[in-house]
Amino acid sequence: MTTATAEVAAPARPLQIALIGNPNTGKTSLFNSMTGLRQRVGNYPGVTVEKKVGMLFLPSGPANLVDLPGTYSLSATSLDERVVIDVLSGHAAGMPKPDVVICVVDATNLRRNLFLASQIADLDLPMVIALNVWDSAVKQGINIDVDALSKRLGVPVIPTVARKGTGVKSLPAAIADAVDNQRKMVKIEWPEAVSNSVEEIRDAIGDSADVSLTDVEIRRMVFDADSAVLRHLDQVNPGVRKAIEKAREVLRQLGLNPMAAEAVLHYKHLEQLVEGVIRQQGETDAGATESIDRILIHRGWGLVVFLAMMYLVFQSVYSWAGPFMDLIDTAKGWVQGIVGGWFDSTPMLQSLVTDGLIEGVGAFVIFLPQILILFFFIALLEDTGYMARAAFLMDKLLSWCGLNGKSFVPMLSSYACAIPGILATRTIEDPKTRLATILIAPFMSCSARLPVYILLIGAFIEPRYGPWVAGFTLFVMHFVGLAVAIPIAWILTRFVLKSKAQPFVMEMPPYRIPRLRDVVWRMWAGAQEFITRAGTIILAITVIVWALLYFPRPPELAETVTAEFIAEAASANELSPTLIAMELDDPDSELATELGHRVDSAYINQSYMGRMGKAIQPIFAPAGFDWKITVGVLASFPAREVIISTLGVIYSLGGDVDEESGDLRQTIANAHWTEGPLIGKPIFTIPVVLAIMVFFALCQQCGATVAVIAKESSWAWAIGSFIGMTILAWIGAVIVYQVGSLFG
Amino acid sequence: MVSNISTLNDLKIGERAQVVSLDADDSINQRLMVMGLLPEMSVTMVQVAPLGDPIAIEFEGRRVSLRRAEAAGVVVESKKQSS
Repeated sequence: MTTATAEVAAPARPLQIALIGNPNTGKTSLFNSMTGLRQRVGNYPGVTVEKKVGMLFLPSGPANLVDLPGTYSLSATSLDERVVIDVLSGHAAGMPKPDVVICVVDATNLRRNLFLASQIADLDLPMVIALNVWDSAVKQGINIDVDALSKRLGVPVIPTVARKGTGVKSLPAAIADAVDNQRKMVKIEWPEAVSNSVEEIRDAIGDSADVSLTDVEIRRMVFDADSAVLRHLDQVNPGVRKAIEKAREVLRQLGLNPMAAEAVLHYKHLEQLVEGVIRQQGETDAGATESIDRILIHRGWGLVVFLAMMYLVFQSVYSWAGPFMDLIDTAKGWVQGIVGGWFDSTPMLQSLVTDGLIEGVGAFVIFLPQILILFFFIALLEDTGYMARAAFLMDKLLSWCGLNGKSFVPMLSSYACAIPGILATRTIEDPKTRLATILIAPFMSCSARLPVYILLIGAFIEPRYGPWVAGFTLFVMHFVGLAVAIPIAWILTRFVLKSKAQPFVMEMPPYRIPRLRDVVWRMWAGAQEFITRAGTIILAITVIVWALLYFPRPPELAETVTAEFIAEAASANELSPTLIAMELDDPDSELATELGHRVDSAYINQSYMGRMGKAIQPIFAPAGFDWKITVGVLASFPAREVIISTLGVIYSLGGDVDEESGDLRQTIANAHWTEGPLIGKPIFTIPVVLAIMVFFALCQQCGATVAVIAKESSWAWAIGSFIGMTILAWIGAVIVYQVGSLFG
Repeated sequence: MVSNISTLNDLKIGERAQVVSLDADDSINQRLMVMGLLPEMSVTMVQVAPLGDPIAIEFEGRRVSLRRAEAAGVVVESKKQSS
């Protein structure tokens, strides 16, 4: 595993390396360049912070590279930020303390970027500095004496251009140097009063902390305006806060504002360190960014470009995905046909494989084209630096209901499909804003609702009111969800999540040309995670619903239905039952197909799902639903578009009908109540049709979305979202039906 | 030349000023300071979003967007030609 020179004391575990840096420094590019495809993505326990770990091979053996979230400082205000200092202090569950830290700094803005390095120096960890975007610095006439900088800081400094892979090869030697010679960056000298305070606070904490806090962690409590650690300790030991307040008072007596002291002292320390090392040749040239921004964040043009850009993204996700989704759908049907053929002798197994398993796999694979296309655009928007501008332009529009500018793209994406939309919320740093955006995303009218609208509008609205009203209805249906979602977001952020007004301090990075490799990596990672994690759950839900629709299955039912059918057909055609039975022997005959549908319908009728539909129908009666619609609603919980094939089966048309199917339109238009107070009246009146559409607009009928919400937040939120949306959908449908009936 | 004490909010697009102090909420001050906005530094108002909020500022080669409510806490001294 190691070279011949390896010592006996070589570490038993792989070397642990942490990668850290400000946002937008090209940290992710560097991570991808160093590890290639050998990476695992997960979450840190308890928080929704993405944990990325990659493998790399150093001359000394294998090493783990942990990509920490991009951050400007080590302050631990939120739990999410806490992750960074936890990992660096060796307090993260299941993660050894790093042996060395690679700090990625932007060479075009060295002083500001070294702030984080200076904070890490305080942690006593060996460090390597990657001086990234070196090419831009050279182009801008920034002259950095790398050797002098390395000597001054006391750690190896490697100029890199992560996008091109330049300098990445020099990192392993630098890492080895830093580890072997324990190269640590020159530390800031804290005033003696600070060191004394740390000891006093440590005494006050006693054994009330779960882990023994490092000096740095204790200092953080003094400096951070709102420390997550202190909030936690405060609950067990109020003495700690007193000690902290005392330490702050000591600082004030020294003439230092405790909230500003850390920044001021670090920057002073850095000024001394880099003095004379950086020279600016000629005028500072902010590059193209300034001129591009003149258009892109302009009050008028900025909006025009933004709307055009969003239209392009939305249109592409919507229309480019279409052919691929059709292809997947066709392939699914083809596989069902072939695989189904292998099980001809065992109908139960055949149905389980074709209608359960393959249908279930298809139910999530079908979303892949949309996810890939949306991730492609999100990677482009982020890596170019435009995403921050989009958030800047849209912030005001969303801030009043507790969201922020970064919620816009996920919301818009959800109009194509909530799943990529929810995954896109990862760009929102604030966890509460992110959760609120996740929870309202499924209200946006996704493309799977479209077939339902088209079927019902085509069957009832268009024939009666003409194409204009039909088009208008379709348009309005796309806003029903949004209209409900906005007050929901307001209530959620204000009363449920109780988020404080979050500051919206966001860097607008320089524009850069994205690297194809990073874009492809994002698409791949998104797709892979979706399939492995959401896929299993969707598959399970689909199989359960299949079972409820398939069982019980008494064989005598088919015989009874067949006997009735033969008798009926014989008298209708004035033929002998024997002749009819002979014709039925040909499975392709019209009569046989009709009988097949009749049998399917009879089985659904007495299946567990059918019985549930009949039992639950009284709940949906105030919305004007009969038991068949109720079964359709229940069966479409895994995927809302299933309602069309389910209605097809229940109304004896077979399962292969679609929203354009004239047969289904006619049949449901002719369906009448056969019992109850409305007997003889048509079931699908305009209020019922509108109620069904509103129900589908507001209901969370998508197993994949529920699974993704669970993965991105927690099962509690996923189930809460599911129940909440179902209740809202019911209320919406009842109101529409009741109000509609007053006019109808 | 006359110095005018005002806040970041009052700057016109393209106007440059010097930071006097950060008097916003502590956690906002800290966020701005770690990004490099410190007293005595010069800061430029770059742009105002189409709906009037937030604003974009530039300091030390960094472009940062922040909301008006946050910018109101940054006291600046602008050096304008007196009329």
